[in-house]
Amino acid sequence: MSNSEIDPGDAVHPGNPVTVDRYTAAARVNHWITAISLVLLALSGLALFHPSLFFLTVFFGGGEWTRTIHPWLGVVLFVSFLGLFFRFWKLNLWKREDGTWLARVRDVVAGHEEKLPEVGKYNAGQKLVFWSMSLLILVLITSGIVIWDQYFGPYFTITQKRVAVLVHAVTAVIAISVWIVHVYAAIWVRGTIGAMTSGQVTGGWAWRHHRKWLRNLVAKH
Amino acid sequence: MYPPLPNPTVTPSAPKLSDKNLVRRSASSVPAAEPMTQVAKLIDVSKCIGCKACQTACLEWNNLREEVGVNTGTYDNPHDLTTATWTLMRFTEWVNPQTQNLEWLIRKDGCMHCADPGCLKACPSPGAIVQYSNGIVDFVKENCIGCGYCVKGCPFNIPRISKTEGKAYKCTLCSDRVAVGQGPACAKACPTQAIVFGPKEDMKKHADERIKDLQSRGFKNAGLYDPPGVGGTHVMYVLHHADQPQLYANLPKDPTISPIVEIWKGMTKYAGLAVMGAVAAVGLLHHIVAGPNRVSPEDEEAAKRLAERGQ
Ligand code: HEM
Ligand code: SF4
Ligand code: SF4
Repeated sequence: MSNSEIDPGDAVHPGNPVTVDRYTAAARVNHWITAISLVLLALSGLALFHPSLFFLTVFFGGGEWTRTIHPWLGVVLFVSFLGLFFRFWKLNLWKREDGTWLARVRDVVAGHEEKLPEVGKYNAGQKLVFWSMSLLILVLITSGIVIWDQYFGPYFTITQKRVAVLVHAVTAVIAISVWIVHVYAAIWVRGTIGAMTSGQVTGGWAWRHHRKWLRNLVAKH
Repeated sequence: MYPPLPNPTVTPSAPKLSDKNLVRRSASSVPAAEPMTQVAKLIDVSKCIGCKACQTACLEWNNLREEVGVNTGTYDNPHDLTTATWTLMRFTEWVNPQTQNLEWLIRKDGCMHCADPGCLKACPSPGAIVQYSNGIVDFVKENCIGCGYCVKGCPFNIPRISKTEGKAYKCTLCSDRVAVGQGPACAKACPTQAIVFGPKEDMKKHADERIKDLQSRGFKNAGLYDPPGVGGTHVMYVLHHADQPQLYANLPKDPTISPIVEIWKGMTKYAGLAVMGAVAAVGLLHHIVAGPNRVSPEDEEAAKRLAERGQ
């Protein structure tokens, strides 16, 4: 069973402190392409979302470039996220302990890890971010294509485009909110960002936040 | 007959339309505008003979070139508005069930210059669409980013985006001619006075005379098309069947800005910014209150014991 709780590249290295491999170089590159394209998409999209944010177009070479480049960044994001999806989906499947973890969300935000069930590579919060982003990006690319007039203008009616642009804007707001939660969690839980920069976390981090994963990794050796 | 506008003097004069006359400017605000007389173009469909002089005059005045098209069995040429065709004669053959007469309904399609313009409401680019205090809604090419939002905002399906330039185009109501005291080129070219131009109040009076005349000749439902759903328009029609505007190549009966567009451009913007701001604020607050979630030395110790036991 333990094989389904870890990824092939994950490994524990004894030492002081213990270090744990969490993401391969390929996974990290994949993640950062996704992250950069998402940030650029959010900035270029928000520029058109509200007049007070139109100034953001200067980062993309003006309004016309912003309008042109945004959907292409969307394609990059979609393909890149697809890569992440196939890398991560298995360990993001919902487990029994996730319900318990979520029910004790008060202890989660209070930082009382000792009151939480031991979880695998991802906790329920991370899984929710994963699945909601998967869904949101799917909706964003679908609605985005409907309003991508330059190439797909003739294939959709004006009513469809009106619905799509509303759906796109609302979905983008939700996606950006989920992204803020994701980034905040990575900052708040110290020692997390290393997982996506060097690919490693400390044993203590794994023990504190993903004990089941650590146990499975140790058992593998 | 409504007296045509006299030709202007040939001595140069400053244009009468400027930024001071703006009542609305897309994605931005403007100071109170210098008021002007509200103008309107009145198109009397019952007088139109379908000669397309107006369509030609529009091409000529605006220096536009339309591609040579194909005939699909109607007189509509081209088949739709394009970036070069800002006004289009649409021909409908309709058998009046009451009289069994074949009626040839010819409508000059183009921008209606809405008092409440959906295109302007939807446009995200500051100053790409402007509305003057005389009622003209104009697109400003330099500020247009070609996003196509105006197409979604317009209740009449008017703006067209150029594939080559990435800019939006539509009828300007000849704002450049009106600025120097002239009327639109189409009105000037019309041989039957089916198109007249002047102060909106005068146009309504003129329309009343026309409607009375039509009613006296059996068109009981003759009336003026000045749809209140978009605050009235600065291009109006006299229709012989004003109760059924759809007969005229689907002229909408009670046009309004789509509620989807209103929600998108209204609530979504404020709620959206509020939600994103709130999520960020809660994060910041949480960090201030709860402090960082750090791994303790005990955690590291425990991990070390586990790793060694496991070896
Ligand atoms: C995944 C593929 C995506 C595609 C194909 C796409 C396409 C588009 C298009 C065509 C527009 C209209 C403006 C333009 O032509 O540039 C637009 C607007 C927008 N997009 Fe995207 N987009 C995508 C992803 C995203 C993502 C991931 C976000 C945010 C995280 C986003 C946020 C926005 C926002 C906020 C707007 C402005 C909406 C408004 O004006 O109300 N988009 N998108
Ligand atoms: S395409 Fe239309 S909505 Fe977009 S910037 Fe140009 S005028 Fe405004
Ligand atoms: S008819 Fe369409 S393009 Fe013309 S002013 Fe009204 S909303 Fe704008």
